[in-house]
Amino acid sequence: MNDGPQRAGSIDPMLPAPWRIRRVRRNTRDTFTLDLEPVYAGISLPFLPGQFNMIYLFGVGEVPISMSGDPESSGAMTHTVRAVGTVTRVMSRLKRGDEIGIRGPFGASWPVEEAAGKDVVIVAGGIGLAPLRPVIYHILARREKYGRVALLYGARTPHDILYQDELEKWRGRFDLQVEVTVDNVSAGQSWKGNVGVVTSLIAGARFDPAQTIAMICGPELMMRFTMAELKKRGIGDDSIFISMERNMKCAVGFCGHCQFGPTFICKDGPVFRSDRINPWLSKREI
Amino acid sequence: MSIDTLEPLLAEHPFLQGIKKDYLQLITGCAKNVRFEAGHVIFREGEAADQFYLVRHGKIALEVYLPERGSNSILTLGAGDALGWSWLIPPYKWRFDARAIETTQAFALDGKCLRGKCEKDPSLGYELLKRIAVIIAERLHATRLQMLDVYGARE
Repeated sequence: MNDGPQRAGSIDPMLPAPWRIRRVRRNTRDTFTLDLEPVYAGISLPFLPGQFNMIYLFGVGEVPISMSGDPESSGAMTHTVRAVGTVTRVMSRLKRGDEIGIRGPFGASWPVEEAAGKDVVIVAGGIGLAPLRPVIYHILARREKYGRVALLYGARTPHDILYQDELEKWRGRFDLQVEVTVDNVSAGQSWKGNVGVVTSLIAGARFDPAQTIAMICGPELMMRFTMAELKKRGIGDDSIFISMERNMKCAVGFCGHCQFGPTFICKDGPVFRSDRINPWLSKREI
Repeated sequence: MSIDTLEPLLAEHPFLQGIKKDYLQLITGCAKNVRFEAGHVIFREGEAADQFYLVRHGKIALEVYLPERGSNSILTLGAGDALGWSWLIPPYKWRFDARAIETTQAFALDGKCLRGKCEKDPSLGYELLKRIAVIIAERLHATRLQMLDVYGARE
């Protein structure tokens, strides 16, 4: 790390700060995690669970990616990325020492303070576990402040399960209920876990519906089904939070690309209380 | 405390929660406790569907056998779930295999016994059908969600 100009992203939200890749980890066949450190000394981007950065690949483009690391690890930044588009495919070929630009952090966070003293149900689908991982770190760092905590995670196949080592470690804790399911298992595959959609795990989750905050992240359809199941269990709309994804460009509510009804996903979200976003989820024209 | 009958235990199972006592007594007459060790095949596709299971503990996989590929798990069921509705629908044959993947305890309900009681008392039959219809609808919704492959990559 050298002592260059102090160019923290927080000074000018439109100006990327250079960060260097410290480590690349392959999570699944199409998902990888980048551990980043600032190129210039003194730059840090404190963030809240659920917030995102705009990651700029010089000469390629910029994409919004949620933080997936520990919010309390100072000086480092972790992003888990799925290679699905032009920018993220190029990103998947980056190596240790390569540099990228970061603007951020942006957006509303998960309600980790509001959830203190209550039970917490975290429901993640696919890559949706990445934006929720900082919530798990936050809760585990102050476990006594929360009631029962359940993590319900659904993936496409056993090969697509993110953070397998960590899930295994969390499952071993007596103060955390961890349930994982996959949609599909190939014949002959030695998978001893659950098979079925993530919503099927909700019936077995341990929580008091009147005293629970639910946080959901995954494909929109999965989140709609999950909200319906949680409501069947008695959790109110005002206690369910979801993380939305839209075409975010400026990340500060200027450009309007991510406008969703009366809100901007980048500025007002990506985390929304479900009763504030639900009226727009069913509008096909939006 | 000794338990002389399965009735109070059956009443606690989510499938039968809130059911009228008269019906519960009729159903209890067709019920027994069963236990399957991990790996035990509970039934196979094509066999007579003469039982209906209410899972108490453990885990069961519904599987389909694919020639030259082996068994493929399509759904797992656990505590609180109901296994099988083929006992109610002609020709009363299982459409899939079921295998315990953990040590599993369940109530086994005799399908023929239940069908007989439902024929004699259509209100009991209607009550059971309503409850099974909920399960069928839930499984159909879940299957549709699985088919949509929502976690699949999209540009």
